[in-house]
Amino acid sequence: MENRNFYNEILTEHNMHPDFKHDIEGADIVLDGINPSCGDEIQLKLKTDGDIITDGAFVGDGCAISQASTDIMLGMIIGQSKETALKYADTFMRMIRGEATDEEIDSLEEASALRDISHMPARVKCAMLGWRTLSEALKGK
Amino acid sequence: MQGYKADFPLLMQDKTVYIDNAATAQRPQCVINAVRDFYICHNANPLRGIYELSVQATEDYENARKAVRDFIGAASAQEIIFTRNTTESINLVAYSYGLSNLKQGDEVVVSIMEHHSDLLPWQMVCRQTGAELKFLECEKDGSLDLDKAEKLITDRTKIVAVTQLSNVLGREYPIEKLAEIAHRRNAVMVADGAQSTPHIPVDVKKLGVDFFAFSGHKLYGPMGIGVLYGSRELLEEMPPFLTGGEMIESVSRTSAVYAELPHKFEAGTVNAAGAGGGETGIDYVKSVGFEEIHGRELEVSAYAFEKMKEIAHINILGSEKAEEHNGILTFTVDNVHPHDVSEILAADGIAVRAGHHCAQPLLEYLGYRSTVRASFAFYNTKEDADRFLDSLSTVRERMGYGK
Repeated sequence: MENRNFYNEILTEHNMHPDFKHDIEGADIVLDGINPSCGDEIQLKLKTDGDIITDGAFVGDGCAISQASTDIMLGMIIGQSKETALKYADTFMRMIRGEATDEEIDSLEEASALRDISHMPARVKCAMLGWRTLSEALKGK
Repeated sequence: MQGYKADFPLLMQDKTVYIDNAATAQRPQCVINAVRDFYICHNANPLRGIYELSVQATEDYENARKAVRDFIGAASAQEIIFTRNTTESINLVAYSYGLSNLKQGDEVVVSIMEHHSDLLPWQMVCRQTGAELKFLECEKDGSLDLDKAEKLITDRTKIVAVTQLSNVLGREYPIEKLAEIAHRRNAVMVADGAQSTPHIPVDVKKLGVDFFAFSGHKLYGPMGIGVLYGSRELLEEMPPFLTGGEMIESVSRTSAVYAELPHKFEAGTVNAAGAGGGETGIDYVKSVGFEEIHGRELEVSAYAFEKMKEIAHINILGSEKAEEHNGILTFTVDNVHPHDVSEILAADGIAVRAGHHCAQPLLEYLGYRSTVRASFAFYNTKEDADRFLDSLSTVRERMGYGK
């Protein structure tokens, strides 16, 4: 229980100074994500050109884990194909469930900073919020 | 110093600083023994068999009812109905009394401080009957202006439902005066005693309430046992809430004659072990004494309250006076989400509640989305408060905001 160091610098930086937490004009995919039990909420906005996610941002309110996780996610998926983004999302969610291999976790780059959440069942939903919303947004399109 | 913690096995074997007592208290060994002893020595289905064990189980169960009657000063044990918890008790009143007595044009008055369990049942009643739900709002410090109550409670009001002690602000509300206003307008008074019963002595006759609901588990008793007090006059006229076994005199193919009070409202096999455990919890509270309970809670929570004021970026909701908090300190830390605050506290072994505390309308009214709540019980010590304060003072730094 001692020294659970999940509020590492990557997480706190993305929480305090997010790169993508703002509104954008002209998004063609907009989806709300909410964790009813804890009140975390985001609105994810994506711009796409064919298969490529060209831009994205989010607005919302919630704990550091939910907000930082979403911010990190956007940094990874902008410029990627929808398929790649969905693959990231799948890998991320498996990491949070404790099912991903070390190699897969490494492939998540910055998002791997959230790997310890897999030991914190009460916060899994927070870490997943952005990624779950992304999956729903892309699959629903 | 162990103090009263020695009575609580969990607190002795787990080093967690448990200050989430407004959510549920810990149970003393005597309560655990009482539940266990029922199953070992007296287990049979009460109110049914004529053999010795069932007679004994019935006696245990009814003795628990008498203990509750004495604890809250009811006139008769027939006015004490066992339920699962406060929520079920209030739902009983809403479904039975509310749905049969309200109609379009009537009004239900609740306070903005209500726990969802004393709000949603009235929303349901209003939806189904066409009655209107009115909110009695508190001042910014959480206090209640009785002049507002005088204006809001009118001849259209049929039910006034208010908590005796806020689970967020810790403040006690003037139920006796509200009941007087309600009765002047021929409305019935429902009080939610879930948070008050662990902290202050309750006398339902003195309060003048028609219904009073509380839970065993916040009162050092087991989970799964709750109480509804109702005045006999009203209970007699009310239809059953749930129907089925054990609540009847006789049943034919198409109809039934319901049992006398209180059994009319206790359908199905009852929680006899829980009732016995609840009785033991009450006995335990009485043996410690409310003066002692109050004194210890105030000493530790007032200490924490003053120290929290000295930590930068902490905002405490409600009164400026510790003695108006009854051990409940709800707060925020600037720029740090309450879930992150509680996570950091948890990492240091401190158990607090984060979120909306099942009182979303109150938080919205006060301008908060969610908050952190530390709630002290009489067994908490100054050392507990210090561990909490030490951890709390590091939260912003650990979230990257510097010292």
